This record gives sequence, C-alpha cells and structure tokens, in this order.
Amino acid sequence: MKTLTNLFKDNIREYGMLIALIAIMIFFQIRTEGILMKPVNITNLVLQNSYIIIMALGMLLVIISGWIDLSVGSIAAFVGAIAGVLIVKNNMNYGLAIVICLGMGALIGAWHGYWVAYVKIPAFIVTLAGMLIFRGLTLVMVRGESIGPFPPGFQKLSSGFIPDFFNVSLNGKPFHVTTILIGVILSVLLIWLDLRTRKNQQKYGFEVTPFYFFVIKNIAITTAVMGFCYLMASYKGVPNVLVILFPFVTIYAFITNSTVIGRRIYAMGGNEKAARLSGVNTPRLLFYTFVNMGALAALAGLIVAARLNSATPNAGEGFELDVIAACFIGGASASGGIGTIIGAVVGAFFIGVMNNGMSILGVGIDWQQAIKGLVLLLAVFFDVYNKNKSA
Amino acid sequence: MSDVILEMRNITKTFPGVKALDNVSFTVNQGEIHALVGENGAGKSTLMKVLSGVYPHGSYSGEIYFQGKECRFHDINQSEEVGLVIIHQELALIPNLSIAENLFLGNERANFGVIDWNESISKTKELLERVGLYESPNTLITNMGVGKQQLVEIAKALAKKVKLLILDEPTASLNETDSEKLLQLLLQFKAHGISSILISHKLSEVSKVADSITILRDGATIETLDCKKDQISEDRIIRGMVGRDLTHRFPPRDSEIGETIFEVRNWNVYHPLHEDRKVSTNVNINVRRGEVVGIAGLMGAGRTELAMSIFGRAYGTRISGTAYKQGKEVDISSIDKAIANGIAYATEDRKAYGLILIQEIKNNITLTNLEAISDGGLVNEPKEMAVTKEYREKLNIKCSSILQKAVNLSGGNQQKVVLSKWLFANPDILILDEPTRGIDVGAKYEIYTIINRLASEGKGIIMISSELPEILGVCDRIYVMREGKIVGEVPAAEASQEIIMKYIMTQQEVMEQ
Repeated sequence: MKTLTNLFKDNIREYGMLIALIAIMIFFQIRTEGILMKPVNITNLVLQNSYIIIMALGMLLVIISGWIDLSVGSIAAFVGAIAGVLIVKNNMNYGLAIVICLGMGALIGAWHGYWVAYVKIPAFIVTLAGMLIFRGLTLVMVRGESIGPFPPGFQKLSSGFIPDFFNVSLNGKPFHVTTILIGVILSVLLIWLDLRTRKNQQKYGFEVTPFYFFVIKNIAITTAVMGFCYLMASYKGVPNVLVILFPFVTIYAFITNSTVIGRRIYAMGGNEKAARLSGVNTPRLLFYTFVNMGALAALAGLIVAARLNSATPNAGEGFELDVIAACFIGGASASGGIGTIIGAVVGAFFIGVMNNGMSILGVGIDWQQAIKGLVLLLAVFFDVYNKNKSA
Repeated sequence: MSDVILEMRNITKTFPGVKALDNVSFTVNQGEIHALVGENGAGKSTLMKVLSGVYPHGSYSGEIYFQGKECRFHDINQSEEVGLVIIHQELALIPNLSIAENLFLGNERANFGVIDWNESISKTKELLERVGLYESPNTLITNMGVGKQQLVEIAKALAKKVKLLILDEPTASLNETDSEKLLQLLLQFKAHGISSILISHKLSEVSKVADSITILRDGATIETLDCKKDQISEDRIIRGMVGRDLTHRFPPRDSEIGETIFEVRNWNVYHPLHEDRKVSTNVNINVRRGEVVGIAGLMGAGRTELAMSIFGRAYGTRISGTAYKQGKEVDISSIDKAIANGIAYATEDRKAYGLILIQEIKNNITLTNLEAISDGGLVNEPKEMAVTKEYREKLNIKCSSILQKAVNLSGGNQQKVVLSKWLFANPDILILDEPTRGIDVGAKYEIYTIINRLASEGKGIIMISSELPEILGVCDRIYVMREGKIVGEVPAAEASQEIIMKYIMTQQEVMEQ
C-alpha cells in the first residue's frame, strides 16, 4: 500500500501543471476580486485561447517529433488574408472558402514538411523562413489594410453560441440548460472511461492507484466540468468555438495515446534512427506532421479572422511563441519524444489565464511579456529538475 | 622503487538495477605499465570513469589516493589538474580543428584570452616530436588516420603535464604497425617516469608491455598478477577473466541445415558522402535454413555497411546487386519492404540505432510490427501487454515491469529487447550485428542459446562479430571480409583463429605496400 506522499510524488509530474493552473486561477481570482471567474470572463477566456489551443495540438506533434514550427502565426495571418480576399472581396460562399483555406494551410505545411523531412534542413531554419515568407505574403494580399467585415455566418465561427432548447430563467436572467445537460453527459462519459481503463489495468495485473484516489480524482474532475458548464450556462452557454475545440482535443489525445500513428510519432521523436531502422517511414511521417500543423494553423487563422471580423496584416503576430510556450509548459521535451496533448492544453490555459488575469489587473504589456518569459523558464526548470531527480 | 602513485580503495558504484563495481581495490605503482583486463561489462570503463571524475565524488563509495593524497574529483578537470589523463576509446578530438587547436583545447596558450599562436605552434611541434608524429601543427584532425589521431590524443595528455596516463582500448582500431608504435611509446614514457594504465582486449599486447595486470570480472577485482616475477601466459589471464573453462563459453548445438533461404549476388555499395568510395565490392553471400553464418573482419572492413545496405538500403548510395529469397528475387529497396520480406537487422549500436531509450520495453518490442497488435490503426494495449510478456519470459529479460524504460536496463537485457523486437517482426532471416558487444559473459551465453534456438526453428542467421572465439563457437560457416570484399569462406569445422586471422592479416600486408 502506498502512502499518500508517495502517491503525490508519483503523480506530481502528471498533475503538476494542472495544480499550478489551479493555483494561478485562485491567485488571480483573489487579486481581481472575483472578476476572473465571472461567467462572461470565463467565456472570453475560452474564445481568446481557442486558436492557441488548436495550434498547440499540431505544435505538440511537431515538438514530439523533435522539431519546432515558428511559422504558425504567419500561416494563420496569411490564411486569414486569403479568407478576406475570397469572402469579402470576391463574395465567395464562406463554406467553400473555409475548405480552400484549410487546404491552403495544409499545402503550406507540406512545403515546410518537404524541406524538413526530405531535404533535411532543420525545421528551425525552414519555418523561420516560412514565418518571413508568409508574413510578407500576408502584407501583399491585404495591401497593408484590414479587409472586412465578414458575413454574419462566418463570424459565428468564433462569436456564436449553441442554441438553447429550453427556456429557463435563473434569478431573472436566462439560464442555458442545454449547456448543463452537455456537462452532465460529459461527466458521466469521463467517469465511465476512467472506470473502464482501471478495470482493464486490473484485468492485466497492473498496479492501480488506490480506490479512494480514483474517487477523489473523479469527484474533482466532475466538479470542475460542472462548475465550468454552470459558469457558461449563466452567460450565453457553450460557444461554437468550444464545439470545434472539444472534439479536436479529444481526437488528438486519442491519436497520440492509442493509435499506431501516435506510437510512431513518439518513436520517431524518441530516436529517429532506431524508428527508421524499425521500419517506420520517418520522412513521410514527419512530412505529414507538418501538413497537419499547417492545416491547424489555417483553422486558427480562420477563427482569428472571424473573431476580429477582419483580415489584418498583423493578425497572429507572436502566436507562435504562445503556442510553443504552451507545449513546453505542458511538459513537452525540446529534444523530442515526450509530451501530451492534455499537457499542451493545460499549458495553453495557463498562459491564457496569465494573459487575462494580468490584463484585468492592468499590468502593462511590457511587464506581461517579462513575467510570461520567467514563468516559461520556471515551468521548464521544474520539469527538468523533476526528471533529473527521477533518473 | 615501487612507491605507489595511485590507490583506489573499496570502490563501489551502483546504477539503477546493477552493481557495476563491487568493492574494487586497485593499486598502480610509480613508473609502471599496469594493464586492466576483463570481459566487456566487467567494469573497467566504469572504474576509470570513477577515477577521472566523470562520476563525481559522492556518486560512488570508496576512496582514491593519488600520490599519497586523498582525491575527491567532481569533474574531469580536477583529475587532469593533478596529472591524471584518460584517453577514451572514442577519441575526443574535434575533427574540423587543427592539431594545435586540439592540443590546447581548454588549456589554451593565451594572454588575457588572446591566443598566442607562436607559442601554441612551437609547443605543438615539441609535443608532436615527443610522440613521434611528424605532421604540421596546422593539419586538420579530419585529414588524419586513426593511428595518428591517437598520437595527437597522447600529445594532448602530455601538454597537460600527465603523471598517470590511462588508455582505454587504444589499439582497438589500429593496425599492427600503429599498435606497435603506440606500445613502444608507452615503454618510452615509462622510462621517463610516466605511469600508464592500459585497458586492452588484446592480451598479446598486455603480456608484452605490462608490468602488472589486474583482472576485473563482474565488477569485482579478481586478482593482480605481477609480470616481473613470473611469466604470465595468455591462457592464465583468460582463466581469470572468464572464471570458467573456455569450453563452456558456448552452448552446444546440432545444426540441421536446409536449403538456401537468402542470397545476395554482386552486391555493390558506395559511401553516402564520399561518392567515389566503394564500401562493398561484388559481394556474394548466402545463408541456409537453420544455419548460422558468421562474418569476421576488422573494424572498418565494411561488415556493418554491407548488412545495412542489404537491409532496405539503410546505408550507402548507388547500391546495385540482386537479392534472392528461397530462390526468388525479392525487392528489399526500403526498410519496410525488407521487413515485409522477412529480413531483420539487429544493430551493433543498440543505444543509437536499436532502442528508443526513453520509452518502455513494451513500446520498443512492438514497434517493428505494430500492425500485429492493432485493429484498424488502433493499438490494442491488452494484446500488446500479452505479447511483451511472452517475449519477456521467452528471452528471460530481467526487468521490474514491461513498463520499465529501456534506458534503465543493463546492456545484456537491452540486447534481449532488441532481439525481441526483431523476433516479433517474425523474420526468416536475421542479421545480428555484434549481438554480444558490451554485455557480460552470462548474458552472452543466453544470447548464443537464443541464436541456436532460432536456427533450429529454421531461420537463417547472419552474425557479424569482431570476437573470433565467438564466431568460431557459434557459426556453421564463416565469411571473412576486408575492405568491403569477401576474401574468404570457411566451414566452421575447418576454421581456427589462425586461419581466419590469416585472411584478415593479408589485408595488413596489402595496406603496407
């Protein structure tokens, strides 16, 4: 039987960032006198960070592969500009435009992937070039001005909310019951999945955490999910972005954990040569990792454009840094082979909460940057320190 | 006369899961050449790393006395400061810098950070003269042969005012002449009062120059032999190293050899960077069902290059030649095609090319054949667990759990994981490149047993090895390779170390001409 302290030590790396996220949320909740957790602000937090999270999904795969992509901010801006030209200037159907834009993103990813995977130029250089190329092309496309506004349907991509099928008021304000219902379904699903994993592990004779730990963990998760849904329900309900985001996070977590492709990506990042000699077609896999990154950056670009309601020349500037920082804060290793989707998402929220909290407190953009930099360094130090201790 | 320069007392060093050194004591006298011998994995390199501060004080237990003073080195700079210099097997020279730059790297002749080139060059000339190397100080390391590079390493040690020189397998990759020159140099240093520790597998050299010999086995000191008193025979040393009769080093085998299962004809391979250099020339080899075929040769003879070029063109360019499996020509132009055609290649460098060290045993074993444990692209973990456990039992992999990371396993167990992953790919032909490099005697025996079992299952096995006794003890038929060519083919029944050495040595004569 393990003692509680041992249990804590074993799980600190897994839950460490989550605990840190909760800690800074509590910190800002107190310092902002409750503004942080207000329904409207929580909803904003999701909207503001959705595109960072979407890009972090792709970036995590690139980082696990052992590389990095500096161009995502520029790709997002470039794709946003294409959307602007197609939809606003040429009145194209926005559904079709979205498909074209995503294809364009994948194509840019393929361009980077080709140089990195087949010509073997380090990704740092290739994507640094890409960052300049596509920022430049964005300026060319929009000719230095903002293109807008987008039709309402396109704007819904990032500013809409799912409809409510009930009509209930709470304390005189409308209350989004559908959101609560979604929360309940989600909670039940999560508990069921965790229970199944546990049963499977027991069936194959693996050591599992004590039952009380399992219960506490699930109560904590359910409370968090329901609390979150309650907050959103008391504003306007689940934003459309979350409807896109949630399946994406789930699917990518599933791919990295349970599929052959996921396994191969981790293997490639862990030891490229050994993976290649084991029959993994590493150049092709790396190529598609970049294609995927490009497509996700494009999706993020569309969401940004929809949110700003215009395609601007400096959209997405500095995004690459937040995205990369999210992955590293979430425990990914710069030398490849290590990192999780959930970690990257937690990392993205960590940065999101810091941005949001500091803005509410009125901290200037200058200090915000400096503090974010320090936090990144500390987070990675913490990770390295833990790794050395366990080695 | 025999005052002690170095004394290591009761050194114990453990790694996760293994005791690498167990209460080792080791004494070197002033002005002697002291040989340190032992099987691979006996703990020689670990002991030297403890001595030189690579493993800092505190990470081991025991005491070190150098010239009578207790030393607690925390890094290699501190040990070098007192005059203890180690020259590693893998040379630590920087290829794109000149001799002079390398000699004074970290020890630059400089005033306020500005390098004094005149002094550097003239000092370099002086040092090169002492080691008998007549090269311009401005020659780049990359343009020199290994033998000369070795001399530069020694000159570098002299530049640091060495009192005790430690050489880890200095002649492993040298030819006879260069080796001889190096040994003469050691004798010359001895005359000047510089002591040396010589780690070597070449017992002929050891008995030629050593004043005393310390034998390590399984991380413990077995004995120290004094060569000045008695004549020590090689057999005597081997007995100490192995700790049992040589006849039992290899499991007995009855070979049942069937039809030819795999063959390559007219195989030619060029170097991937130096495009005019041929690394394999008109190679014809075959292996039959149930047969273990050995490929002997010196380091650099092109054996690994040949094997990797056959395995899905993993090495080299402009590869030509044909491969036949059971008489039919097969396409093995990429690694996945080679695996699909039932060919497996277990690398000589398991850490760099064989394993994903940061991952679990389980993930390493199943990587070669993920399809077999997945349904529609989804990994079936229960199935994977079952498969991994099966191999863990079958090959007797010693680990706390199949979820243990490969990096924490001992060399022998890592090698078993490498073998497991290739067995899981279910090959008909296995190419094993130095399958017992760096693992202890017991694990070697287990690996040989596994090889025998695979052969008796009707697989064809090609084994590359630099250890002649191993080749003779395990194989049914032996090819000898030199300079990318097959220069001899001997049935094991007719082979002896002398016959194989003769084929290998012919190369030396060719080189000398």
